[in-house]
Amino acid sequence: MTAVTEYLGKNVRQYGIWGALVAIVVLFEVWTHGLLLMPNNVAALVQQNAYVMILAIGMVMVIVAGHIDLSVGSMVAFIGGLVGIMMDTWGLPWLAAVLLGLVIGAIVGAWQGYWVAYVGIPAFIVTLAGMLIFRGLAIVLVGTTIAGLPAGFNAISNGYLPNSLGFVAGRDVVTVTIGVLAILGLAFSQARSRSTLRKHDLLVEPMAAFIGKLVMFAALLGSLTWVLSGSSGMPIVLILVGVLVLVYTFVLGRTVFGRHIYAIGGNLHAAIMSGVNTKRVNFGIFVNMGVLAAIAAIVTTSRAGAAVAAAGDSFELDAIAACFIGGTAVTGGVGKVSGAMIGALIMGVLNMGLSIMSVDPSWQKAIKGFVLLLAVAFDLVNKRRASGA
Amino acid sequence: MSTDNIILEMHGITKTFPGVKALQDVTLSVTRGQVHAICGENGAGKSTLVRVLSGVYPHGTYEGDILFEDEPCEFKNIRDSEHRGIVIIHQELALSPFLSIAENIFLGNERASHGVIDWNATNSEAARLLARVGLAESPDTKIKDIGVGKQQLVEIAKALSKRVKLLILDEPTAALNDEDSAHLLDLMRSLKGQGITSILITHKLNEIAAIADRTTVIRDGKTIETLDMRGAEKITEERLIRGMVGRPLDNRFPERQPNIGAEVLRIEDWTVYHPINQGRKVVDGASLSVRKGEVIGLAGLMGAGRTELAMSVFGRTYGANASGQVFKDGEEIQTRSVREAIRHGIAYATEDRKRYGLNLIEDIKRNITSAALGKLSSRGVVDREEEVLVAERYRRELDIKTPSVEALVGKLSGGNQQKVVLSKWIFAAPDVLILDEPTRGIDVGAKFEIYTIVNALADAGKAVILISSELPELLGMCDRIYTLNQGRVTGQLAREEATQESLMLLMTKEKEGTSR
Repeated sequence: MTAVTEYLGKNVRQYGIWGALVAIVVLFEVWTHGLLLMPNNVAALVQQNAYVMILAIGMVMVIVAGHIDLSVGSMVAFIGGLVGIMMDTWGLPWLAAVLLGLVIGAIVGAWQGYWVAYVGIPAFIVTLAGMLIFRGLAIVLVGTTIAGLPAGFNAISNGYLPNSLGFVAGRDVVTVTIGVLAILGLAFSQARSRSTLRKHDLLVEPMAAFIGKLVMFAALLGSLTWVLSGSSGMPIVLILVGVLVLVYTFVLGRTVFGRHIYAIGGNLHAAIMSGVNTKRVNFGIFVNMGVLAAIAAIVTTSRAGAAVAAAGDSFELDAIAACFIGGTAVTGGVGKVSGAMIGALIMGVLNMGLSIMSVDPSWQKAIKGFVLLLAVAFDLVNKRRASGA
Repeated sequence: MSTDNIILEMHGITKTFPGVKALQDVTLSVTRGQVHAICGENGAGKSTLVRVLSGVYPHGTYEGDILFEDEPCEFKNIRDSEHRGIVIIHQELALSPFLSIAENIFLGNERASHGVIDWNATNSEAARLLARVGLAESPDTKIKDIGVGKQQLVEIAKALSKRVKLLILDEPTAALNDEDSAHLLDLMRSLKGQGITSILITHKLNEIAAIADRTTVIRDGKTIETLDMRGAEKITEERLIRGMVGRPLDNRFPERQPNIGAEVLRIEDWTVYHPINQGRKVVDGASLSVRKGEVIGLAGLMGAGRTELAMSVFGRTYGANASGQVFKDGEEIQTRSVREAIRHGIAYATEDRKRYGLNLIEDIKRNITSAALGKLSSRGVVDREEEVLVAERYRRELDIKTPSVEALVGKLSGGNQQKVVLSKWIFAAPDVLILDEPTRGIDVGAKFEIYTIVNALADAGKAVILISSELPELLGMCDRIYTLNQGRVTGQLAREEATQESLMLLMTKEKEGTSR
């Protein structure tokens, strides 16, 4: 058992954040007298916070590389507005509008990436300008609201997977199947990477910690899908977020592009001296952020059933906060998609729990601010202790 | 030559850093009104000595006594020493570029009453000080608008404003051109006339001959001798060099039977200008070549331009307006970016591994593969299993001492960090390896291991360019040694004919005539 505690001790931050999420969920479950984890609330939690999770994926990459993006909220309003106009004014089919929206996202990202990567203006300035530019353009384009969007489009954020396999004992079989597949996939991939490590006599986490971790994740996935299967089923947007998380975990961990992001954030000079094309990587990071902002715009517009000029207000701060709560280093070089996702969930659970308890929104804001500060302070103190030892 | 009027005496100064004795029982005595030169090789302990004197290293962190004007000194910081009239001007000037000359002169020492600056007093006093140092600039001029030479004069004016009695100049002419250097030496003479004592740290022997009254030679943290430059015996440059070199040759070097093949890399007429002060040549028409299986050395004192030469060839990572030709296997190549240089088989392992060489918050394996990730990936996806195998191979071959290749590089000792840097470049499979101070800051045992690795690389047919400030290291490792001074290649010696004295003579050889 000492091996396990020692291992946990070395990974306080990694497990601490999971613990914090569980603690917050349990706390609000008690305070809301069981309302928090009601199936409808869990589905709503996912649907309401999908945008933070999507933006946080891109933001992790931006922050790891040592930049920041303040414009994503305005980009959501701008691209959402354009997508709304395409469907409403131009009468484009919703799928075409969605695809065009992604292209526009890439173009907007390329615009910002050009100034950051090739002209060398700090991202803080470029995206502060972008924040103003795209908010202004959104208001010019949309006015206030464009409503009456196609049902198919609105289903992206509000719909559920069709119940094609029927119910067993009051549970949606599609949702349960997805849950089981996800757990199996997780167990399989974890076991495979562990055995690869073992094969080369590399350090692996102790067996007990490995199994404990696996059981915890399985329980989390299992209970999430179990709860959802008792109600309307699997939200479409959860599938979308799940796929994005998998894809970007792969991009950051396994691709040359992902490696170069960590290299640039960890030591820019060393990256240059190792032959990393830092300009192209920085450009790519912002193009990618633009595409993810477009996805968030589509999700947000779909959720509201309308394109709203004021949409996406302070989304950039939610995404940035999610990253930092999730352990992304303020100075760059360190950060994970999974961490940012937990950060987003912590913020989401706080939002939902405080709303159910009908806490005043002004207080909700203040409380979230304190949580952010505490999380980063915890991080710094931890790091200082580790380096001081 | 009376020695009774001593302004400063330092006795038995010993300063230890973790693992290194930087100063050992150093004694220095400076006569009032004289220019006292301190000379020695890179790393001899010159800068450490004046940092002890000026309180940068506070009293209590060193052993020994300092007597200034017959009173014992226990400086806790620079303010204390400046209060007594000891002012040090560092090599790296400490001026604020966007403030005016006058503001810089009185920075931290403002002419003010009740916190409100008296601009009349500030500017008129500044003008008076500028006249004293012979600088014809308005006190309103911003520092960024004047050259390094004039900035140096502002530093001296600043020192004068503090009623300096003992002025310490650390390599003051290293960044100056000939004209500015000559002016600075004139100024030091005129300050001497005004009764100000100076300590001049320099390795330019002609300056010592021109201006110093007495010279103390330091080697390996010890006082070797103090010479009277105005005495009966004429002190030649050869005489000074004899004191400076002669570091013990007790480092062991592994044997290597050189097997030298065809020329791999040739650099011709390479010239590079300073990135900010673009009028100044940092590398001046340098030419050199290295052959397959050969280890060549670049010897030079601080500011000789060795690192600048290497970095500008390696993807223009230093300097401005680089010109000249680079030939690889007889054909001219371009090395405008690091990627281009790597593609042509050139690797450069930096002297500053923490700043330019490693990502300290990343693990060992990812650092090792960072310069050649393409070799491990297909369609942009990294083969992590292969990556681990590669890292493990280098851990074994270079004996990197770590529990796991997944440990963070920042946790390793200097020697092991250096092995990670070497692994990274060996994995990139270059034909030419430029190793810049590969054994700086690492212990003797690790040094020997690095030497063994270098020899193995040469045996494997690589061409190695070794930049080092330790002459015994160059003598022990290289087949041929080039010497540089002030950006120019001043000589080339084969292993058999090179000695510490012959190298130092070439390293301090001035250019003939004044070409600039």
